[in-house]
Amino acid sequence: MNQYSIWRYLLLLAVLLVGVIYALPNLYGEDPALQISGTRSGTVDSSVAGTVAATLKTANIPVKSIESGESRLLIRFNNTEAQIKAVDFVKSVLGTDYVVALNLAPATPEWLSKVNALPMYLGLDLRGGVHFLLEVDMDAAVDLAIERYTGELRTILREAKIRYASIRAEGSGVRILFRSAADRDKAHDVIRKESPTLQLEDFDEGERIGLLASPNEQETRDIRQFALQQNILTLRNRVNELGVAEPVIQQQGTQRIVVQLPGVQDTAQAKRILGATATLEYRAVDIEHDVAQAVAGKVPAGSRLYRERSGEPVLLKKSVIATGDQIINARSGFDQQSGTPNVTVMLDAKGARSMLKFTKENVGKPMAVVFIENRTETKLVDGKPVKTSAKVEEVVSIATIRDVFSKRFQTTGLDSSSEAHELALILRSGALAAPIDIVEERTVGPSLGKDNIKQGFNSVLIGFVAVLLFMAVYYRIFGLVADLALALNLVLIVAILSMLQATLTLPGIAGIVLTVGMAVDANVLIFERIREELRNGNSPHASIQAGYEKAFSTIADANITTLIAAIVLLSYGTGPIKGFAVTLSIGIVTSMFTAIMGTRAVINLIYGGRRIKRLMI
Amino acid sequence: MQIFKDKLSIDFMGRRYIAVVFSAVLVVISVGALVTNGLNFGIDFTGGTLIEVGYPEAVDLEDVRTALSVSEFAQVQVQHFGSSRDVLVRIAPKTGQESAQLSEDVLAALREQTAGVEMRRVEFVGPQVGEELTEQGGLAMIYALIGILIYIMVRFQWRFAPGAVLALVHDVVIIVGIFALFQFDFDLTVLAALLAVIGYSLNDTIVVFDRIRENFRKMRKGTPVEIINTSINQTLARTLMTSLTTLLVLVSLFVFGGEVIHAFSRALILGVIVGTYSSIYVASTAALALGVSKADLMPAKKEDEEEGGASRA
Repeated sequence: MNQYSIWRYLLLLAVLLVGVIYALPNLYGEDPALQISGTRSGTVDSSVAGTVAATLKTANIPVKSIESGESRLLIRFNNTEAQIKAVDFVKSVLGTDYVVALNLAPATPEWLSKVNALPMYLGLDLRGGVHFLLEVDMDAAVDLAIERYTGELRTILREAKIRYASIRAEGSGVRILFRSAADRDKAHDVIRKESPTLQLEDFDEGERIGLLASPNEQETRDIRQFALQQNILTLRNRVNELGVAEPVIQQQGTQRIVVQLPGVQDTAQAKRILGATATLEYRAVDIEHDVAQAVAGKVPAGSRLYRERSGEPVLLKKSVIATGDQIINARSGFDQQSGTPNVTVMLDAKGARSMLKFTKENVGKPMAVVFIENRTETKLVDGKPVKTSAKVEEVVSIATIRDVFSKRFQTTGLDSSSEAHELALILRSGALAAPIDIVEERTVGPSLGKDNIKQGFNSVLIGFVAVLLFMAVYYRIFGLVADLALALNLVLIVAILSMLQATLTLPGIAGIVLTVGMAVDANVLIFERIREELRNGNSPHASIQAGYEKAFSTIADANITTLIAAIVLLSYGTGPIKGFAVTLSIGIVTSMFTAIMGTRAVINLIYGGRRIKRLMI
Repeated sequence: MQIFKDKLSIDFMGRRYIAVVFSAVLVVISVGALVTNGLNFGIDFTGGTLIEVGYPEAVDLEDVRTALSVSEFAQVQVQHFGSSRDVLVRIAPKTGQESAQLSEDVLAALREQTAGVEMRRVEFVGPQVGEELTEQGGLAMIYALIGILIYIMVRFQWRFAPGAVLALVHDVVIIVGIFALFQFDFDLTVLAALLAVIGYSLNDTIVVFDRIRENFRKMRKGTPVEIINTSINQTLARTLMTSLTTLLVLVSLFVFGGEVIHAFSRALILGVIVGTYSSIYVASTAALALGVSKADLMPAKKEDEEEGGASRA
């Protein structure tokens, strides 16, 4: 009577084993660490590790370990104080070629990480950090595009020598008035050729002969999509500079961007940098004067000394040819003639005009692109790291002007396609993007994060122990068996969350707590049923059998309906609610398994295959 | 150990009219509170800025207000949060104000008065996001109810479904009513709690319904009232036991889980209490009122038996 086949025990043991292994990494905690990765010119190698180790030694900061991984360096510390102290020293030594990020590195033993057993990922409310939801102002993006088109059409018409009475941006298009229908027809042809993404519509208002040019559907979509992507790219660049170990920058919906910066301590700085604007300037290179003399201090009037990324000094004229906000687009690709990587740049009407004027007079001379950004830097002053805000100006590209050009031109002769891609990215990030607004912010300070973990853990533990005691007292042996199942359930929830690498949040912990309370429900149902069967005069074995059987459909119904509510919660999707729904759903499923199969197996072990007079229930 | 006698026979259904009046009164009070007081919506729904700061020592709220009034922030609400060292500052949404800047300004103003004020949490929700969250929240509630309605109709019988849903609506209205009456904070986590309550209360109801179905099929004699009474009595021990264990963990969450999770656990505690009551009284009473009978619950395959059942009932 009441014996389980061997395979069921094996299955249970296997689940138990897998559960324990994957839940285990969560016990080892995390080390405060610094994560160092190279930016443009910096590469992480053993010399960097040496420099860092030496610096920390002289600064008297104890280090737990230094690990080099793929193109990054991980320095573990024993406590957060050492980590915070170290970060400024390391930053000042390595300079801007490296990104130094605060990180919490899981202290998982190697044998566990080999089987991909990693701890749960802690949400921002538990580890501290910033969550931003940014919205791109799409109306402004379209307006900006229309403005650009207005300028573009003005240039096109002028170049084609077509006379017009007036041209202005109006609503979602450009409104042009002509003096004769013949002019309008000519304009049609030219615009179709030069700006094929515009759709043209004639209108006549009394005497006036008008033309409305507006971006076609595809183009409008592209404008919006471009505004979004451009902002994402810009944000990525900025976040890199912030030094965040695992930033999340994601598109959400059609016009929003989520930015999550775990572990960011200085939120004010984060906001400042995310909101900072970068600009670009095209300047002529001063070839009449000697750079070496300028470096020595004799900078000629009308010129300024700049530095390239490599550190090479270069002398540029003070007058600006074009600025970043005049760049409409920049794309990396390949030159059709030489097949080498290139970047195609498109300027708006204003930029095109001054570019045309400049290139007419300067064919064969070099021109430079200067990237200007406001940045915070850490420097050592009297042996102490000090943060300073600095305007960084860098020459990102110097190219020789081969021909006269205006609106569209190429920068060729780039070494690799990755260099071309990066240049295009910089050119675009310097351009004026559609404005973005923060529509949601959730910042959790590091101290609250720690409190949340502690309190969350405590409430799970206390609730769990209370339920264990209660079940043991009320149902005796059966209660203890249910307690075992409850413990296994907890292990399984943690194991599954770790396997999925789901994010554990405070509401998620609340979900676990609730599951602990509700998971015993299945056992209560079964045990009450067994008691009832016993009262009806059935034998102990028959009562166990009947109790489990009859309770099953009730348990299934009850859990499925709860699962429906949990799944609706899941699809509701917003951060805090999702975390709760995930743990609740997992808990419902695992509790069915442990409370029915798990307890039955143990009870069969205890009572199965022998005569019993009474049950300890 | 056992708390309840072996064979309970409390006449629940005999007192169902009292329960109906009781529930009706609760619902009327709740709706009244909702209409007159409204809900004390958190910034998740209204939009606005919330800043939690930690002071090195206990601080008087008047001092905090003074510090803030100097800088003239519009519509500021200040309250202690959990301890006298923690303060929550809430600022109503204002158009054209950069959120990021606002929280920085508040912190700066507070730090000017007391050095060492620590930023613990900043939440800003734009008015539009707030609107969306409210709308989605309402929709989620409706979808959950519809999903459950369909499941019960398929799994049980249509007469049970309105009862179950009525019980859920009853629970939600009363909890929301209590939040309106006492002006408890109603934020996104409370909404999540309400959906969890729906799941929980339903769980209870299903267990009772399951037993009613079983007993209708098993018991040859007895009116629907008697059968429902027996079913409730048989499941009473389980209903109360589960509510008790759930309450144990929720109280633990309420007491030890920290201030952030308070509103959530409060809603769930209320939900478990109201849900337990409603699954005993509201759901079954509704099923009875809709005329559940033996005939409805006989397995559809055995047609002749079903007819026999119908004539007997």
